[in-house]
Amino acid sequence: MITVQNLSKSYGGFRAVDDVSFQCRPGSVTGFLGPNGAGKSTTMRIIAGLTIQDSGQAHVSGVRYQDIPNPGTQIGVLLDASAQHAGRSGREILTIGARTMGLPMSRVDEMLELVSLTPAEAKRKVRNYSLGMRQRLGIAHALLGDPKILMLDEPANGLDPAGIHWMRSLLREYANRGGTVLLSSHLLHEVQIIADELIVIGNGRIVAQGTKDELLQSAGTFVRAGDPAALTNALTAAGLTTNVSGEGLSVDATPEQVGQAAAAAGVALVELRPADGAGLEEMFLQLTAPNQRDQFPNGVPA
Amino acid sequence: MSTTTPATVDTSVRSVPVTRLVGVELRKMFDTRSGFWLMASIGIIALLATIGVIAFVPPESLSYGIFGSAFGVPMNILLPVVAILAVTSEWSQRTGLVTFTLVPHRGAVVLSKFLAVIAAGVMAMLVVLAVGALGNLVGSGIRGVSPQWDLSLEDFLLLLLGNVLSMLIGFMLGILIRNSAAAIVAYFVYSFVVPTIFGVLSALPATKDWFGDIQPWIDVNSAIGQLFDQPTAKDWAHLLVSSIPWFFLPMGLGIWRVLRAEVK
Repeated sequence: MITVQNLSKSYGGFRAVDDVSFQCRPGSVTGFLGPNGAGKSTTMRIIAGLTIQDSGQAHVSGVRYQDIPNPGTQIGVLLDASAQHAGRSGREILTIGARTMGLPMSRVDEMLELVSLTPAEAKRKVRNYSLGMRQRLGIAHALLGDPKILMLDEPANGLDPAGIHWMRSLLREYANRGGTVLLSSHLLHEVQIIADELIVIGNGRIVAQGTKDELLQSAGTFVRAGDPAALTNALTAAGLTTNVSGEGLSVDATPEQVGQAAAAAGVALVELRPADGAGLEEMFLQLTAPNQRDQFPNGVPA
Repeated sequence: MSTTTPATVDTSVRSVPVTRLVGVELRKMFDTRSGFWLMASIGIIALLATIGVIAFVPPESLSYGIFGSAFGVPMNILLPVVAILAVTSEWSQRTGLVTFTLVPHRGAVVLSKFLAVIAAGVMAMLVVLAVGALGNLVGSGIRGVSPQWDLSLEDFLLLLLGNVLSMLIGFMLGILIRNSAAAIVAYFVYSFVVPTIFGVLSALPATKDWFGDIQPWIDVNSAIGQLFDQPTAKDWAHLLVSSIPWFFLPMGLGIWRVLRAEVK
């Protein structure tokens, strides 16, 4: 369990982390979602004791990170897969980790096998690794000490779609065994595939958090009818807020409410579904838009 | 598959012992290509220096002490670089992100590196002096003189100490600067430029009177140099006093900053 309470950290006048609080529970994969520079990495570095916060607290199962004895065996951390000595082989990096934690060398082979790095690849210098291979090595390193908690910063970055699905099943199984996972990403679709709880952060502040289902629900319903005007009237009459979305409407309500309103008005529907995927994406953009660096309120200048 | 393994932190397990960390830090000095060749170059240069001594020193002056002094300058350059890289690679190569995550007590990491650097220095000097001993035997044989063993145990230990001290200066600069290239440049300024300036000051008529008096107390390089030349109690006092501004204070500042600095 990772608990963060009212965490704040400023660099000069810039508030990188602003009153952030959240909790990651055992048995679930928590996705920490936000655009680049939103404060995800700073928060994770504070949790791992590498950056000292200005105020607030970060605990791992009620203990400060600095007070965890042999932390590698209790919380696996991957903060940057590229932060490795380029002149070391993958196997050597795991060997150093295993020796530091006091583990048998057999763990190194087990982890290499788990992340599908072949013996030949493990012998190569990390300089020659692709980003995807570095991520696999980083995950192997995080899992080396068989920890109950995992904290991974942008672990899916550089993985191909197959790699992302591999990671999903790996972390899903890990969480099912009672493990706690916190992983960050700046890409919604990655988090959507891997995580079941979401924390959305923008400009250092948490802008939304909850289960993926909850956040999906709050994105509303997509509905389409043969007679759009009649549908709009029916929904407005039922007191629901509607927005034109493609050929249909996105409604700030559950599919059940929308269906009942349409049925009551006798409007035949062509399509009725939760506004998933695109809805969450819209939410992500919406939530982070005021905090985005590169926005063009007047359109992209010619 | 156990369904409810509680994800708690066990505070009763043993924390990572420093002895284990020293072993890990020693390994980290050798296990990269650059680290390996740096260490190998110590052996190679010792061999070349030995060959040079055998080839160019007149047979009658051939002695173990000559071999020992032939290694002085190259070891004074290579060993501190080993020490510098042992520290700065954690920042330059960003491995500190992993190191300080596995061992959140940064003081323990610094202490382990310190001990590993000393161990590496002693081992390197033992290898080098063994090469020299071999050279002395072989060289005397080739040149047809009987080998002269003019290095007493005391000389031997002082030679070891002097080289370890220059290594610790490199270590200090690494801790203080935390950047490989800048720390190496700083070392050359420290051990070659500063002594030159001090030499000029002690020779100039305008400054030599007052500077000549205080130089032994503020010139750590000459104080280390004295170790190789029958040091007296006063020489030891010079070493201790001159180390305060040139070693202990910057080392303290460097450690203070390492313990607090953000690791990125």
